[in-house]
Amino acid sequence: MKSKNDNQEQKLVTGAEALILSLMKEGVETIFGYPGGAIMPVYDALYDHCDSIHHILTRHEQGATHAAQGFARVSGKVGVSLVTSGPAATNAMTGIADALLDSTPLVVITGQVGTSLLGTDAFQEIDVVGITQPITKWSYQIRYAKDIPWAVARAFYIAKSGRPGPVVLDFAKSAQTEMVEFDYKPCSFIRSYIPYPKIKETQIEEAAKLINSAKKPLALVGQGVILGGAEQELKEFLEKADIPAASTLLGLSAMPTDFRLNKGFLGMHGNVAPNMKTNECDVLIAIGMRFDDRVTGDLNTYAKQAKIIHLDIDKSEIGKNVPVDAPVVGSVKESLPALTAKVNPGKHTEWIESFAEYDKKEYDAVIEKEVYRFEGEITMGEIVHKVSEAINHEAVVVTDVGQNQMMAARYSQYTKTRSLVTSGGLGTMGFGLPAAMGAKVGAPDRTVCMFAGDGGFQMTIQELGTIMQEKLGVKMIVMDNRFLGMVRQWQELFFDERYSFTHMDNPDFVAIAKAYNINGKLVTKREELDDAIADMLKDDKPYLLVVEVEQKGMVYPMIPAGTCVTNIIMNNGN
Amino acid sequence: METKLYTITVFSENTVGLLNQITIIFTRRGLNIETLSVSPSALEGIHKFTITLFSTKDVVEKVVKQIDKRVDILKAYYNTDEDLVHQELALYKLATDKVLEHGSIEYLVRKYNIRVLEISNDCTVFLKAGHYAETQALFKELSEKIGVLQFIRSGRIAITRSKVERLSDMLSKVEKIRNLKSIEEQGIE
Repeated sequence: MKSKNDNQEQKLVTGAEALILSLMKEGVETIFGYPGGAIMPVYDALYDHCDSIHHILTRHEQGATHAAQGFARVSGKVGVSLVTSGPAATNAMTGIADALLDSTPLVVITGQVGTSLLGTDAFQEIDVVGITQPITKWSYQIRYAKDIPWAVARAFYIAKSGRPGPVVLDFAKSAQTEMVEFDYKPCSFIRSYIPYPKIKETQIEEAAKLINSAKKPLALVGQGVILGGAEQELKEFLEKADIPAASTLLGLSAMPTDFRLNKGFLGMHGNVAPNMKTNECDVLIAIGMRFDDRVTGDLNTYAKQAKIIHLDIDKSEIGKNVPVDAPVVGSVKESLPALTAKVNPGKHTEWIESFAEYDKKEYDAVIEKEVYRFEGEITMGEIVHKVSEAINHEAVVVTDVGQNQMMAARYSQYTKTRSLVTSGGLGTMGFGLPAAMGAKVGAPDRTVCMFAGDGGFQMTIQELGTIMQEKLGVKMIVMDNRFLGMVRQWQELFFDERYSFTHMDNPDFVAIAKAYNINGKLVTKREELDDAIADMLKDDKPYLLVVEVEQKGMVYPMIPAGTCVTNIIMNNGN
Repeated sequence: METKLYTITVFSENTVGLLNQITIIFTRRGLNIETLSVSPSALEGIHKFTITLFSTKDVVEKVVKQIDKRVDILKAYYNTDEDLVHQELALYKLATDKVLEHGSIEYLVRKYNIRVLEISNDCTVFLKAGHYAETQALFKELSEKIGVLQFIRSGRIAITRSKVERLSDMLSKVEKIRNLKSIEEQGIE
């Protein structure tokens, strides 16, 4: 009897220790975080496990969540971030909301005041569960140590299964210090939650029938393909049925750029051909995408002529924005092969070749001027193009938000999946730098190139400290036009050139990097650019390349918000 | 599109913050909840919400999908009045001396099928169960003839007329998934 008691005593651990052990059971090796009062017992427990869990101290909690996002987006694993209560939790919100809109698996653990203080306006107390319910897949307050293994197991299962998303665990300090017997069981079932809906054969048949009848089919590829790991299944489907395809912003890199049927990038600043063809096709096959307004523009004129097939794992997306003729609810990893089996081998040569006419128009009106300019100021497009070429199109491209983002998305080429990390849904300026750090941790063997503007870079510039401390070989390219470029572009086009508060006087970014012991270079002349890029890419160390670009550069083509694709603007003269 | 009254039924786990998870879906879309009634359901540990909402079919469909999507929600669906047997409860507090003065209380009790819950020197409390129009009609008549000191109406409760029991169907479906999973897991061991 005595030995049994001894065993039981051995198994008793603090709640904080139970949390760390639970994270280890879930295979967590990296945490992005920032300590503080209400999470100190967890940090104390973490101190004993530094050999199993690598904790990266960011310089702001927003950076911790964005870094966890970058990590998750490139690795496919759950990103974990650990912060304290109150202001730390509210700082983390931007990353949590961003992860919800972009379906990124995240577990964010926030400290919370002890249970006896809940609801008393205690120091650094904030209603984290209440605030995060609208911006998470699941949010739960751990009040007792006995709930820790259950809550952590559930959190990871919810974050990564089905349509992924962020989960918040709000961890009361009293539960961190309570003693508990540690017993961990992974979660693989929740009765109120069906992450992988069973695919209905009738839906596959309906969709296949439409595809087989199509003369001018077009596929729209979203991030669902990447999240489901269905890149190969997508390729087989498109090849068998001979269907041209285009990607949403988050779907980019699901297909290699040079894939025969890849017709480019959809949306407001996407390629002309697939946008125009959306309103010419007879059957539109949306695959793991959600018809965001930046893709559709005016819904009243969007693909009205087409029969619409929508494959998605989340049934609430079916018919949310666009009425659907043939829904297929389920993981595209399963529905695509099922569909491939049912569709006839297709041949749509004439239709596919008809895209070239628009491609040529876009090349002549936009691309040539943006990318192959030999005089005048440097453009964003040519920088992105040169960087992409210099790495054989194998980099992980991380972007900030705005013109830099659209240029990076448009002019990078992709050879591998999970190669674009960008804040698509929330459009978070300041996302780029911390997300790039996380991406480098998640894919240490790949070159990670971050493109940012001078505005967004300064929103999270303090993360240079994290890069210094962790020696993260992130290649930072800041395209400095001394303007909040995208807002300025809208002011030029839609607000009578009234440049209200979009000009910025900027510091010497290279000197700032130097202060963090990070090498860098400022390029102001075109002839210096190639050498600077080569210098940046010569090793795996962090590097800041600042390029002065044209002040009033524009991202074209542009379909003005909420309008029909036919209103596309190709250049300043039009 | 035509706006009418829809009744949304939600079955959920009984956890903290569930009501907030549901109401934020309405708040975000600027929708007003007309009535709300929450109570434990016939199944232990499962709560039932009955919510009414004036909206178009398109809006109610999307709202229900968003509710159903939440992890802690077991099942959400909507109906129109034709599909339902529904009921509300109303309580009316009147001054007892005014009730006695009125003289034709028997007529009102018969006409409205009123139940008298309480009579004291100070007040009399009536209960009426019925549809909104019925409880409202009584309120109007009592207000005009006697005067109502306090009036309270519950949210709607409702039962579907159809044979389909969507919660039971959902639970048996997930039970199958659970069984399959445990077979898989045992197989691995």
